[in-house]
Amino acid sequence: MNERPLSPFLVYRFMYTMVLSFAHRMTGVFMTVGALLLVYGLLALAGDAATFEQARVFFRHWAVQLLMLGLTVSFFFHLSNGVRHLFWDIGWGFEKHQARRSGWWVVISTLVLTVAALWMAVCGGRGV
Amino acid sequence: MSSGTPLGQVLGHGSAKSGTGHWWAQRLSAVALLPLGLWFIFALASRGDLSRAAWLAFIALPWHAVALALFLLALLYHSYLGVQVVVEDYVHDRPLKVATLIMSGFVHATAAAAGLFAILRIAFRAAT
Repeated sequence: MNERPLSPFLVYRFMYTMVLSFAHRMTGVFMTVGALLLVYGLLALAGDAATFEQARVFFRHWAVQLLMLGLTVSFFFHLSNGVRHLFWDIGWGFEKHQARRSGWWVVISTLVLTVAALWMAVCGGRGV
Repeated sequence: MSSGTPLGQVLGHGSAKSGTGHWWAQRLSAVALLPLGLWFIFALASRGDLSRAAWLAFIALPWHAVALALFLLALLYHSYLGVQVVVEDYVHDRPLKVATLIMSGFVHATAAAAGLFAILRIAFRAAT
């Protein structure tokens, strides 16, 4: 029994890969809120003009806009890190230096995709 | 060579034989969400300011309605599986754990039914 492995928090020193790992779960749970927002938007759209207007006011609110920015970042992070997980699942990139390097690729990919989506949102809003 | 705990080896029940299905469903819905999610978020980002009529017309297009329905269902399924894992890992009080899982199931099922109904209503209303 004494030779069984210790829990990670007892033996690991802090690494940024730990933040990525926990953030994957945090963003996943957080995006459940996004799924409910999507359903609310769809229901409002399926209703009449008044329910659409109500939803438009709701989604235009700065707090909801901020929430949706957070959801966008979460979405791209979870997607990028999810691809990393899928590669691990087929046995690729398990070495420590590979896992650390792919962690940075997740951060870069999240930033690039978020900037692309924001750029589209800003330009799309002006009818470009 | 057995890798189980001493108690587990004595009892000899083997595995619960139900973990692989969950794991596989999570990976499969993740792979489905890659193209569907990218399509959804960029479609949303580039159309944030559309009028009600333009949104209805966009969703009513057959492939858009189908893609949106698939995205919604894959998203909620993946979300349900993910929330389940997080609850099972972090909620240790058994009654609270079971209650949370049941609640999560109801919320996800309701969201799926409501969202699907909204998409179909928008699509079929436009067809007539």
